[in-house]
Amino acid sequence: MSESASPTAESRRLAQEARDRVRFEEEALELSDQVYRVARRLVGSREEAEDLVQQTYERAFRSWRQYTAGTNLRAWLLRILTNLNIDRGRRQQRAPQTTSLDGELGDYFLYNRLESTAGEENPDEERVLSRLSQDAIVDALAEVPHDFRDVIVLVDIGEFSYADAAQILDIPIGTVMSRLHRGRRILKKNLAEKAVTT
Amino acid sequence: MIDDPCDRCEEMMQPYLDGVLSEDEVRAAERHLEGCTWCAKRYRFEERLRHYVRVAVSEPMRPELKAKLAALRTPLT
Repeated sequence: MSESASPTAESRRLAQEARDRVRFEEEALELSDQVYRVARRLVGSREEAEDLVQQTYERAFRSWRQYTAGTNLRAWLLRILTNLNIDRGRRQQRAPQTTSLDGELGDYFLYNRLESTAGEENPDEERVLSRLSQDAIVDALAEVPHDFRDVIVLVDIGEFSYADAAQILDIPIGTVMSRLHRGRRILKKNLAEKAVTT
Repeated sequence: MIDDPCDRCEEMMQPYLDGVLSEDEVRAAERHLEGCTWCAKRYRFEERLRHYVRVAVSEPMRPELKAKLAALRTPLT
């Protein structure tokens, strides 16, 4: 066997690579709606989210060879997006110290609060839920500090596993879990403050 | 230490809904939920809330961006 591939082998390899590339690009594009939905809540405005998603796809298409076929492409794209977001000047915030208030709020807090102020005896869950408007939810999420919000957005909005979120954000899985735990409580505290009074 | 079974159930709610409890823990939570309408109501609310939040914050991508992304594809030769 000669060291260099024969011209036929080389052209076959190039043709295969072209096919792999097309397939990669198509698969990545099919995920763009999902990537955008996550991006939109990681940053403050639609314009920022659109820029970020576009840059993500530019970079992904340039470095497509680094993607290992068969692994989670959506997580791979989000990893690029998160890195770009940090590069853009979004400083990694230090997680704020737990305030005594957060510590006291259990997971039933929001329901208890909404139910006790519902103005009727024993309302059902739908009735309680209807006190939260769409705008209130969007604002309540936006007001959660970055570090906690990133994890909520990936796990609760993007439906990534703890392990994928850990990989995307490059933090230990235990940190994902603790931030998620606190982040959800902060979100609930914000929601309770924004609930429609009945 | 958690003595109150409802406090224990509250602690298990998030991991239960995240699907990360062990089989024994899931059984323990479900046993309590079968008999405790107070906790069951809060679990149902939490499940609905998660869905509701996901839908409420979901903003579809504009077609303009979709077109821009499609244009980034390598041209077929």
